[in-house]
Amino acid sequence: MLDAGRHPNIEILAYSEVESVKGRAGAFTAKVRRKARFINEELCNACGDCMAKCPRKVPDDFDMHLRDRRAVYLYFAQGIPAVATIDKDHCTYFEKGKCRLCERVCQKEAVDFEQKDKILNLSVDAIVVATGLDVFDPTPMTQYGYGRIKNVITGLEYERLINATGPTGGHLYRPSDGTLAKKVAYIQCVGSRDLNYCKHCSSVCCMYAIKDAMLAREHDVEANSHIFHTDFRNVGKWFQEYEQKGKDLYGINYVRGRVGEVQEDKDGNPVVWYEDTQKREVKSLTFDLVVLSVAAMPAKGSEELAKILGIELDDSGFVRVRAGEPADTSRPGIFSCGFCNGPVDIPESVSQASAAAMRVAETILPQVKVASG
Amino acid sequence: MSPEPEKEMKGKRDKPEKGSPVDRAGGESRRQEVDAAPAGEIRIGAFICNCGTNIAGFLDAKDVSDYARMLPNVVFSRENLFSCSEAGVTDIKNAIKEHKLNRVVVAACTPRTHEPLFRAACEEAGLNKFLFEFVNIREHCSWVHKGERDIATQKAKDLVRMGVARATRLEPKEEITTDVKRTALVIGGGISGLTCALSLARRGFMVTLVEREKELGGLLRYVNVLYPSGVSAGTFVASRIKEVKKSSRIEVLTSSTVQNVKGYIGDYVVSVSSKDRKSRDVNCGVIVVATGANQLVPEGHFGYDGKKVVSQLQLEGMLRQGKLKSKRIVMILCAGARIRERVYCSKICCMTSIKNATLIKKTVPGASVHLLYRDLQCYGVANEEAYLGAKAMGVRFVNYSLENPPVVENGRVRVSSPLSGREMSIETDLVVLASPLVPREGAEVVSRMLKVPLDENKFFLEAHVKLRPMDFATDGIYVCGTAHWPASVSESISQALGAASHASIPLTRGYVKVEPIVSELVDEEACRGCGMCAAVCPYGAVEIVETDKGPKARMIEVACKGCGVCAASCYKRAIGISHYTDEQLDAQVRAYLKGDE
Ligand SMILES: Cc1cc2nc3c(=O)[nH]c(=O)nc-3n(C[C@H](O)[C@H](O)[C@H](O)COP(=O)(O)OP(=O)(O)OC[C@H]3O[C@@H](n4cnc5c(N)ncnc54)[C@H](O)[C@@H]3O)c2cc1C
Ligand SMILES: Cc1cc2nc3c(=O)[nH]c(=O)nc-3n(C[C@H](O)[C@H](O)[C@H](O)COP(=O)(O)OP(=O)(O)OC[C@H]3O[C@@H](n4cnc5c(N)ncnc54)[C@H](O)[C@@H]3O)c2cc1C
Ligand code: SF4
Ligand code: SF4
Repeated sequence: MLDAGRHPNIEILAYSEVESVKGRAGAFTAKVRRKARFINEELCNACGDCMAKCPRKVPDDFDMHLRDRRAVYLYFAQGIPAVATIDKDHCTYFEKGKCRLCERVCQKEAVDFEQKDKILNLSVDAIVVATGLDVFDPTPMTQYGYGRIKNVITGLEYERLINATGPTGGHLYRPSDGTLAKKVAYIQCVGSRDLNYCKHCSSVCCMYAIKDAMLAREHDVEANSHIFHTDFRNVGKWFQEYEQKGKDLYGINYVRGRVGEVQEDKDGNPVVWYEDTQKREVKSLTFDLVVLSVAAMPAKGSEELAKILGIELDDSGFVRVRAGEPADTSRPGIFSCGFCNGPVDIPESVSQASAAAMRVAETILPQVKVASG
Repeated sequence: MSPEPEKEMKGKRDKPEKGSPVDRAGGESRRQEVDAAPAGEIRIGAFICNCGTNIAGFLDAKDVSDYARMLPNVVFSRENLFSCSEAGVTDIKNAIKEHKLNRVVVAACTPRTHEPLFRAACEEAGLNKFLFEFVNIREHCSWVHKGERDIATQKAKDLVRMGVARATRLEPKEEITTDVKRTALVIGGGISGLTCALSLARRGFMVTLVEREKELGGLLRYVNVLYPSGVSAGTFVASRIKEVKKSSRIEVLTSSTVQNVKGYIGDYVVSVSSKDRKSRDVNCGVIVVATGANQLVPEGHFGYDGKKVVSQLQLEGMLRQGKLKSKRIVMILCAGARIRERVYCSKICCMTSIKNATLIKKTVPGASVHLLYRDLQCYGVANEEAYLGAKAMGVRFVNYSLENPPVVENGRVRVSSPLSGREMSIETDLVVLASPLVPREGAEVVSRMLKVPLDENKFFLEAHVKLRPMDFATDGIYVCGTAHWPASVSESISQALGAASHASIPLTRGYVKVEPIVSELVDEEACRGCGMCAAVCPYGAVEIVETDKGPKARMIEVACKGCGVCAASCYKRAIGISHYTDEQLDAQVRAYLKGDE
């Protein structure tokens, strides 16, 4: 991210959206809306003085609402560009016409309440779609109790909890009572491989569940994890070795079986009812915390974006690429890579991204003249 | 913003130790180079950044700045609200000119983000950018000592004192540049090598494609149709071969192998020997490894005999030639994979099996297909769909466990399925084993010649599993396709284009530029040519050459990353790292130990 932010040939338009695209390969015009941050990007240095003074607290979406941020905020500490943003929908000044505390404390005079959205018309030769994923909201799958049972969370929420820069400083304090969770269950294929929700396999959740269980143990030697899986899909480089390591060195219990239901006992502990398919019995186990490995699906808004770009999507909403040309969308001059093409992990996203870059170069750059000999 | 009024206190400053930095590495100095600066006065400017409140909120930046001014050779110091701001940078540039600074120390955040900026500032003010020293008092100090203001301030002073000590001994350096020959060598002519060569050729580069076999196409020559698209593998790969042969920029050398590789990024000389041609040297700037993988012949697994018990690759052949006569087919997956001797999952054999099972159900009337699996690797969208499709077509999926594998015996396969809890005995006239992809023979030879590593399974080992899957640690050499790890055709193609993309960066520029932070043979006398350094260098940047004084180490500057293992391994202490010389580091350590006097 830093490298991209620093590269002289890359201009980052964050907090911006593409509204229309006209033209053809080699000559597109893209209309881009740069949303007003109410902060002058040139001046702001992300020092944080404004955030320290802002009185308005808002649940932090980067931290999966596990803590609050202020109405003026940095999306996350390492974000690029490192510029604060005022969240118009929650700012006291925009709500009540009074406050402007941030403006007063900012030594760089970067706060600008008059700022308007800007429309840019960019002339570009090629377009790369890399809109990635959003995770499935498991609330409708009432059997898992998400939203009802406090100690049932999603994998992405877990990632924030276990992260040293996250809301709990990396400690697994469970939501109901803030005690340290030791016994953790991971339930796989929540919303994935499910004809009622997402047909597809999300590909990355088996591995991240192992990773998460390992992290729990690295933070706390008493942590004990169970992963309830169907097919255990760990196919990438050294993934089987990783799975084995999880079992041998981290004491993770892998249980083959779909979970029927999660209940809550009187102490707020989630109780997992599952069919042990190897032993063919219905059993239950009580945990401190349950993590749902929820499906990953195309990013919100990718359907509209596909219409704007005039590219085809598949039945699951991922970008349809051409057979034999995995970086080419249905429209010449528009390429795509990463999770928006279908579930992939980081290395696969990286190689697809380089592939897309190469296809762009092949398509639009003049050939390098090489003196023969 | 109100910058601190400039406070110069030259009079109070310690006397600069002009000329001879006293704390040189102990003993007599074998190294004859003279300190660049001592010729004149060393004039250091120190800039202490507040980083808003990020630094100044947790330590006394003004105190640190005042302290810096008292240090030897420091002629100017000042604190800035933000050294990285336009104003901060201008300030540095002006100070360089006004105070005739010939060294600059900035104590601020991390070089990772801001070193280029400050170096550029020095350069713009006419100072060699390697005379700049960055001291991190944010990540290394203020952020980790929040709430301990005094301690943090003291530590910042220590760090600044060390930085100043090193800065005193910095020398001007020039970046190292080498021309890059704008041609590429691709080893392996499967779908990955073909795709990579074509892509590079489309960008205008000349490519030599070396293939060991008589024909191009790799494994796909033996595959029937491709999952997930259903197109004929032969037709698909043939069309790519045709494009390659049509390209005036690609020279194809079939029945050929690489015999020897000399050189480094930008200038390799590769000798290629061919069965039907004279061997010759290919001069190229970059090399792509696309040597692929082969299907393991499942000898010793589930009664493999190549007749009644065959491999998926054999089945592909039967299907392609319309020679499949059997009707009751049992496929056993993970034959030779995910077992103790071969732990990894080969990624493609589940889907290959599902593809063939479905095809048989579709084309052979009355056929039954049982598919015996451990975990079905139908990751993603199309694969999971193919699996559901196979089930709908009537392919019978039977789970088995590693502990209790299926047993093949005359015309039957016995299996006990933990999922259904049933023991089954399935009648069969053909057992098909899905065995994993294994690296091709000769991978070790290629690895040795190119000095790039293999993993424990003999797949090529990339620079970083997550972030640099197509690069090697050594610049100028790239990898793609199943040479790296089992992959589907589409994944191989992505990697091939990706490798082409990375390779085309030095090719397009026509030169590579590296930081002059490299190892150097500082004491040729002392070097015995033992080769320890060459053996430990992970980048192939050291070689032993014959000289009139006997064998000596020679550093290939462009290949060197300045990691310093060679220097550490040299028992004669003949190797040093420029810009991180023993003297510089020593001075830093001594400055720390000396404390505040
Ligand atoms: C809980 C969880 C854990 C994971 N752990 C791992 C792991 O340990 N290792 C691993 O290899 N993989 C892991 N993954 C997978 C990994 O997250 C993906 O492979 C990777 O994020 C894909 O990168 P991407 O750039 O394609 O998509 P994303 O990371 O989703 O990035 C897409 C970007 O596009 C932006 N965007 C979306 N729509 C628009 C629009 N219309 N206009 C402008 N911008 C838009 C988004 O805001 C986002 O910044 C995990 C996934 C999940 C859900
Ligand atoms: C039975 C079977 C069925 C398959 N079916 C499918 C499918 O339906 N869909 C799909 O996506 N994938 C399928 N695959 C996987 C597919 O075959 C691979 O993804 C693909 O072949 C990888 O291409 P590659 O170029 O990387 O390697 P390869 O095809 O192995 O090509 C490597 C080439 O390099 C040459 N070479 C090796 N070493 C040297 C050397 N030292 N010097 C010179 N040349 C050398 C080899 O001779 C070979 O020509 C299948 C695999 C198998 C085994
Ligand atoms: S990766 Fe694993 S958990 Fe995720 S959908 Fe696929 S099989 Fe289920
Ligand atoms: S892809 Fe399937 S058959 Fe191949 S090793 Fe992996 S699990 Fe076994």
